[in-house]
Amino acid sequence: MKNKNNLDPEKAEKLLFQMLLMRKFEEKSAELYTKEKIRGFLHLYIGEEAVATGIIQALKPEDYILATYREHAHALARGVDAGVIMAEMYGKQEGCSRGRGGSMHLFDKEKNFFGGNAIVSGHLPLATGMALASKKLKRDNITVCFFGEGAAAEGEFHEALNLASLWKVPVLFVCENNLYAMGTALRYTHAVQEIEKKGPAYGIESKAVDGMDLLKLMEAANKAVEQVRSSGEPYLLVCNTYRFRAHSMFDAELYRDKTEVEKWKKRDPIPKFRKYLLKENLISEAKVQELEKRLNTEIQKAVDLAEAGTWEAKEELTRFVYSENPVS
Amino acid sequence: MKTIQFREAVAEAMSEEMRRDESIYLMGEEVAEYNGAYKASKGMLDEFGPDRVIDTPIAELGFAGIGVGSAMNGNRPIVEFMTFNFSLVGIDQIINNAAKMRQMSRGQFNIPIVFRGPTGSAGQLGATHSQAFESWYANTPGLKVIVPSNPYDAKGLLKSAIRDDDPVIFMESEQMYGDKGEVPEEEYTIEIGKADIKREGKDVTIVSFGKIIKEAYKAADELEKEDISCEIIDLRTVRPMDHDAIIESVKKTNRLVILEESWPFGSVATEITYQVQEKAFDYLDASIVKINTADTPAPYSPVLLKEWLPNSGDVVKAVKKVMYKD
Repeated sequence: MKNKNNLDPEKAEKLLFQMLLMRKFEEKSAELYTKEKIRGFLHLYIGEEAVATGIIQALKPEDYILATYREHAHALARGVDAGVIMAEMYGKQEGCSRGRGGSMHLFDKEKNFFGGNAIVSGHLPLATGMALASKKLKRDNITVCFFGEGAAAEGEFHEALNLASLWKVPVLFVCENNLYAMGTALRYTHAVQEIEKKGPAYGIESKAVDGMDLLKLMEAANKAVEQVRSSGEPYLLVCNTYRFRAHSMFDAELYRDKTEVEKWKKRDPIPKFRKYLLKENLISEAKVQELEKRLNTEIQKAVDLAEAGTWEAKEELTRFVYSENPVS
Repeated sequence: MKTIQFREAVAEAMSEEMRRDESIYLMGEEVAEYNGAYKASKGMLDEFGPDRVIDTPIAELGFAGIGVGSAMNGNRPIVEFMTFNFSLVGIDQIINNAAKMRQMSRGQFNIPIVFRGPTGSAGQLGATHSQAFESWYANTPGLKVIVPSNPYDAKGLLKSAIRDDDPVIFMESEQMYGDKGEVPEEEYTIEIGKADIKREGKDVTIVSFGKIIKEAYKAADELEKEDISCEIIDLRTVRPMDHDAIIESVKKTNRLVILEESWPFGSVATEITYQVQEKAFDYLDASIVKINTADTPAPYSPVLLKEWLPNSGDVVKAVKKVMYKD
């Protein structure tokens, strides 16, 4: 039976588990980073989980997803195996890019997950292009592109929105506004700080939503996805959120006040959603405990796969650069 | 055989491929309503309609990326830059996405895309409109770089580029679009990565590519009168480079001159020089001479431009130098 927010116990459990998995997976990743098991840059999504969860639950498996370099959560929500992601971050052959991508470049074509795009805003034109191809090839799906408010200051944001609107392609632009472009506050980077005001300049319907509240996000996402699907035209959804952790593992966070972080942590979307589910009797305490146990097993399984993984043979270095069956 | 202009060769290649494969489309500034800034897409809007011949705004970064995105999702786009000078505005999409997507996703995505348009100088256009970035693109693993020098090569190679599953940079010239040449009536393609001996000779090897190779032809005619026989190799494809063709020729002539229309530092000529000293060191009877533009931005003044751009006189001088006849 569904409640007024269209939730039944099965979906409620799935969503809570998903957010908890994102959180625990990244907490484990941070720990493994300090142990030097994971190297390179590592950008954590902790605090923003409701956004990826709320949007992706509204999609069909055949819809396309493109995300930024802060994309572990999106990959998990899309169903990319946690072990395969962990193995990729270890740089192992069992990883989704066989150790060629790392944390910032996760790809899984089978799951319609198109990165892992590590140049800020570089994937917005890709998303418009993918949606254009879907339209041309008469594919019945939409493309969803996640990006930060920092990307909205790039020229590519404006070019991608203008052409998505001009050419009427089915793409949902999801701005994850976490208030900081790396370590620079929104007020220092945008003349107009309400990112949702930038969509209408290109004839694109836009809306802002509380990015810390899964229920509100789901409602906004369902509407936005439905609109893109039925109209075949773009939509901009701005999710106002906050990352609790540093920009990357190398960031001392001197640009923001600890009290600000603490204030936002009080709005943590995960306890909020759990509390709601308990209140609505959509989940029991016993079930929550069971979920957490299952979660620990899942994380351990992921780490075990990565640990037991093998290194790509060095003879494989030149592989995948060019197509293996060149046509002429 | 029939005689057509270079621009017609380009249009024929694109049109023939678009007729056989509906996933191909052409996109760029003024390619549709205007029929192409240099008329290389003349008539294509009429034949294929606005869904497949698409005018873009002046937004090179955006439409380059849209091309790559559509290639990730089953299209085979041809993206025209009005000139490769403007490709610099879109170069992030070429280098970071088109060239790398395949490798960083362990081969999950092919990027079958052609970026094409004119390269190099085209008269008194000044510094920003006279640049040749062949070596920049050829420096990037994941890309293929083709620079044809006549209509026959342009048509055959462009058809291969469109059919190729990897991103191809295809460089033409404003000053070649009117060049005429013979092409077969029937369909043909030319293999990517194969150089072509445009003229056989025994005394000196001249390696070149693109429109500047015409200066080598003129020089060879002149040198012939002095009984100096030049072998002219047209690279046609800069990456992958046909090292074997160059090495084989050098082993025969023992002398090498390289003619290229780009700045000298880290150029295609530099790469060839390295390859030859590594693979044919003992065959060389003289130091290799490379001819590039002057090491300055292109000037506007006709006097300075003439000084800046390599010409047949430079080639004659270089050949005589490697033959110790200077």
